[in-house]
Amino acid sequence: MIEFETVSKTYPGQSVAVADFSLVVPSHRTVVLVGSSGSGKSTLLRTVNRMVEPTSGRVLIDDEDVRERDPVALRRSIGYVLQHGGLLPHRSVLDNIATVPVLKGTPKRRARTAASELLERVGLDPKIGRRYPGQLSGGQQQRVGVARALAADPNILLMDEPFGAVDPIMRRELQEELLRLQAELHKTIVFVTHDIDEAFLLGDEVVVLREGGVIAQRGTPAEILGAPADDFVRDFVGADRAERELHITTVDGRSIAVDGTGRPVGVLAP
Amino acid sequence: MNLFLDALAWLTDPAHWTGPGGVPTRVLQHLAITFAAVTAAAILALPAGVLIGHTRKGAGLVGAIAGAARAIPTLGLLTLLGLALGIGLKAPLIALIVLAVPSVLAGAYAGVQNVDTAITGAARAIGMNPRQIVFQVEIPLAAPVLIGGLRAATLQVVATATLAAYTADFGLGRYLFSGLKSRDYAEMLAGALLVAALALLLELLFAAGQRLAAKRIAAPAHEKGAAESDSPREKEPV
Ligand SMILES: Nc1ncnc2c1ncn2[C@@H]1O[C@H](COP(=O)(O)OP(=O)(O)O)[C@@H](O)[C@H]1O
Ligand SMILES: [Mg+2]
Repeated sequence: MIEFETVSKTYPGQSVAVADFSLVVPSHRTVVLVGSSGSGKSTLLRTVNRMVEPTSGRVLIDDEDVRERDPVALRRSIGYVLQHGGLLPHRSVLDNIATVPVLKGTPKRRARTAASELLERVGLDPKIGRRYPGQLSGGQQQRVGVARALAADPNILLMDEPFGAVDPIMRRELQEELLRLQAELHKTIVFVTHDIDEAFLLGDEVVVLREGGVIAQRGTPAEILGAPADDFVRDFVGADRAERELHITTVDGRSIAVDGTGRPVGVLAP
Repeated sequence: MNLFLDALAWLTDPAHWTGPGGVPTRVLQHLAITFAAVTAAAILALPAGVLIGHTRKGAGLVGAIAGAARAIPTLGLLTLLGLALGIGLKAPLIALIVLAVPSVLAGAYAGVQNVDTAITGAARAIGMNPRQIVFQVEIPLAAPVLIGGLRAATLQVVATATLAAYTADFGLGRYLFSGLKSRDYAEMLAGALLVAALALLLELLFAAGQRLAAKRIAAPAHEKGAAESDSPREKEPV
């Protein structure tokens, strides 16, 4: 369980990035922070592994203030996936994945074997392990990034727009892969994105942020889509968008769901 | 033209290739003082350059030191040191170290500072400590530039090491000074040609070293053979 207790952050010489943010992320759940660029999502995420120290307030992991923890040990205990992979370009894929276990003292050979298994786990051919990050596609690099984050078997995964830089088809595959992995692994995931559809797809709970890390609304995707708290949220989730407005028509005795533009989007299950 | 032939004749004279004043001995001496000066400069300047590149603090200091050291005329410094320290290798060695430091410092500093902060930031975020970031990330990625600094320093030092003969019976500079004294211009030119050849040889070695560092350490992805597949093939997601 991760708790943000009235976390505020002001960067030196800047206006307030995050003000009085409080949130509980229950264990084994995926909570998605969604908001436009600059709303403080990354800042919040990075307070969890002490990459950012809050100006005031505190962050607790399983009731322990992260400030009590040694930052290096804390970071090694938390999986972290970044937008551009953040892989080490001079190390092979296997060695990238094995980085944290090796830092923690796992013998290299054993860490590499485990890394190879992780490659399969994230849907990659283990043969790719001998290559270097620069030789992989963007989607493959992100998968390797996920494998690296999982390598030390952390309870917590922090994911900062991990699929933001790949093309839409690849993004969809990666999202499905993450859902499948999470169904097996039950990690506590804090996922950051500016893409509301991604938030609704992945989040058990979604937190919509406005400027300054202010929570506009939080709830399940259905709650937010069904009852947007205000115009900001309504606008942000596109509740008024034609493709969100579904109704049913009957064609040849079957119920067809049609969106606001009249385009059929599915068939109602019996 | 004639002089050039004379120099060649001097170089091919077997008498000049033996004994304590022979070419092999002088070449070895020249290499030894070059190596000693560059090594000392590296010991002094590499840690400082890496540290400044890592912390990104004190870049102004690098500029100042490098600028000041570059402005010092080596011959003038050598004369002063020679007066202070007397005959021997101490004075030229110190002068050569001063000559080598700016290039080594600048290479280390620039190489480390130019490592993408996204990469070092990610390394920190997954739990590398500062020491591991320096040794496992920044230095390997900076290796080609860092070696470039050593290369520039070596080239300057090997050419300038002729000045060692100013205060000591040492190195290829001896042929220049003794040739000048006895108006044996063939000997002088032969000495200069030997220095040039040595510089060229070291230059080639360093160029190869730099390429190797780039291929093997900093960017192995671009190694031939390793990149046999450019088409990203992905396993179908289950
Ligand atoms: N290291 C930093 N130094 C100064 N300002 C920063 C830093 N990181 C973020 N900010 C500022 O804080 C605000 C929130 O940024 P960020 O948390 O990155 O938002 P998001 O991830 O939602 O785009 C922005 O105004 C940004 O410019
Ligand atoms: Mg961000």
